[in-house]
Amino acid sequence: MRTIQAAALTEAVARLCIQANTYLPADIVAALDRQRKAEPWPLAKETLGLLWDNMKLAEQTHMPVCQDTGMACVFVELGQDVHIEGDFEAAIHEGVRQGYGEGYLRKSIVGDPLRRVNTEDNTPAAITVRLVPGDRCTLTVAPKGFGSENMSRLGMLKPADGVEGVKNFVIETVRLAGSNPCPPIVLGIGIGGSFDKVVYLAKHALLRPIDQPNPDPYYAQLEQELLASINALGVGPQGFGGQTTCLGLSIETAPTHVAGLPVAVNVSCHVTRRATAEL
Amino acid sequence: MQYKLTTPVTREDLAPLRAGDTVLLSGVVYTARDAAHKRLMERLDAGEPLPFPLEGSAIYYVGPTPEKPGQVIGSAGPTTSGRMDAYSPRLLDLGQSIMIGKGKRNQAVKDAVVRNGAVYLAALGGAGALMAGSVKKLEIICWEDLGCEAVRRLEVKDFPLTVILDAHGGDLYESGPAAYLASLESKEG
Repeated sequence: MRTIQAAALTEAVARLCIQANTYLPADIVAALDRQRKAEPWPLAKETLGLLWDNMKLAEQTHMPVCQDTGMACVFVELGQDVHIEGDFEAAIHEGVRQGYGEGYLRKSIVGDPLRRVNTEDNTPAAITVRLVPGDRCTLTVAPKGFGSENMSRLGMLKPADGVEGVKNFVIETVRLAGSNPCPPIVLGIGIGGSFDKVVYLAKHALLRPIDQPNPDPYYAQLEQELLASINALGVGPQGFGGQTTCLGLSIETAPTHVAGLPVAVNVSCHVTRRATAEL
Repeated sequence: MQYKLTTPVTREDLAPLRAGDTVLLSGVVYTARDAAHKRLMERLDAGEPLPFPLEGSAIYYVGPTPEKPGQVIGSAGPTTSGRMDAYSPRLLDLGQSIMIGKGKRNQAVKDAVVRNGAVYLAALGGAGALMAGSVKKLEIICWEDLGCEAVRRLEVKDFPLTVILDAHGGDLYESGPAAYLASLESKEG
């Protein structure tokens, strides 16, 4: 049994909130760099160049890449041999409070969905915990903006719809979203599980770097086919038209019921943020 | 084609603009998002004056991050404009000339743009650090309780924007992707 102080969680979450909002992950930077060079359509190329400049400017001036510094989605892989000394969830919320305050990040959370009063400190965090073997605690903060979140979709397809049905659903989601989610987009796609599980799969898929294909060759192939189909839509950067509509996508799957084929698409943008620390 | 404009603008200033053109905008720009728009409507309903003059004005749909000490503004990219669709036609009919945001608008907004000789311009979604560089001065003029959604008076210099909806019915979100796809077909042909 290893003990981790709740204060250590708070400190790490606060740091990760600022880091994630200021510096984009290496895989997203690499994809943006590749596409700004490869894009053939003039306005699209110019637009990608400006998005690149923005990313660099944020890095140099320590400013948030995007003003929507998001809902603080915190994923914890907690070793089952870890004892947390103190209140686990409160420590994470406190980390968000400190990070968003000290980092001059925007407070975008309302305490109630209908009465809508801002909590003023971006809490609560959206916490997802998974118990894993071992005595480590891995924290990932993935701030999620709602321009893209609002374009996400869930479908309870029929088994007979099969892989074509899944492809059509994903492509239709991108077509419906159009310019709203700030393309070039990144997609997390969940297939299988139950009504709630499939949405978790989609969100979790956004944590996987987009240069890492699904380990199952069948789904790696499906990822490639979907990416090609989406980039043939012509939506382009910011919806102005062009080749680069999607920078990358990740599929996660789970066993499902004989009678169902759930599919969920979590839409993210060119500011797909995540930062990880291990305690 | 790139145009340089300074607010307040006239119908004549905006007439040459076409979807896909770029604009470097200078002058005063007011910020307002959903909550502020709702309050603008309440003022109009009550017959009370608005906190800023609408004639020839530009409204930017933005909720910036808090400015650090020494900064004029924090990160300041656009929010999704569609949430303002319910309010924009009324403001355009009362004299607002420029809307700045990102994402699709509904038919009522498109009609109001044509009817009033107005324009809808896109700022770069997600490019908050870059957009902030054009803001020279910031002052909160109304509804401070709304936090990042409070109405701000910005003075901007060469704010880089792209024309989405023009006064002649053009829509870059339709014509841009269509033109790109047509270019592929002509290559194949």
